[in-house]
Amino acid sequence: MIKSDLIAIMAGKLTHLSEKDVALSVNEMTEYMSDALSSGERIEIRGFGSFSLHHRLPRKAHNPKTGEPVMTEEKYSPHFKPGKELREFVDASRLKESGSPFGGDDSSSF
Amino acid sequence: MALTKADIAERLSNKFGFNKREAKEMVDLFFEEIITGIVKYGKLKLSGFGNFLTRDKRSRPGRNPKTGEEVEISARRVVIFHAGQKLKSRVEQYAGRNSSQGQQDDQFTSYTE
Repeated sequence: MIKSDLIAIMAGKLTHLSEKDVALSVNEMTEYMSDALSSGERIEIRGFGSFSLHHRLPRKAHNPKTGEPVMTEEKYSPHFKPGKELREFVDASRLKESGSPFGGDDSSSF
Repeated sequence: MALTKADIAERLSNKFGFNKREAKEMVDLFFEEIITGIVKYGKLKLSGFGNFLTRDKRSRPGRNPKTGEEVEISARRVVIFHAGQKLKSRVEQYAGRNSSQGQQDDQFTSYTE
């Protein structure tokens, strides 16, 4: 599912707004969330989850082309921790399917 | 201090003139439909932000970190978020700003349940 699918579904439910207006809102929301994260602010959405930054220390690495050893710079990277509701919905969708792709943790499927 | 749904709704009000109820409805629906999309399709891509996808995990042995007792971690389906290139590079620039102040911000290392 991509952003335009999400926008179309939302527009179908927000009948007082045009799809274009919904698209503007969705873009504004993701932009605002990106702004917050890139200025170091956490995002906490109840039921959905939280976004925060994880600090990455400098580490030894190699230039993949030349093999030359280099140190990476310290940086921050975005991290998402799913909320309780999202975790439970997603896990419940596994149980609803007829067979788990790994056969679950049951020893036998006979 | 973290960004919440109320902040996002307020932003929509200020920017597009939605009233409080309309803005709340938009924000609630946004996250509800993202959840529905992830659950239904196992993959949701928000260009410019990142991708959510689900992954099935086998059961595996684990430990209770408090007691050290061995417990089985059951098979489960989990959500994973990969930040997009645009978001990643914007966030990386934050590192420079932080270290130039010469301080550690412990806000990013605290885990709250």
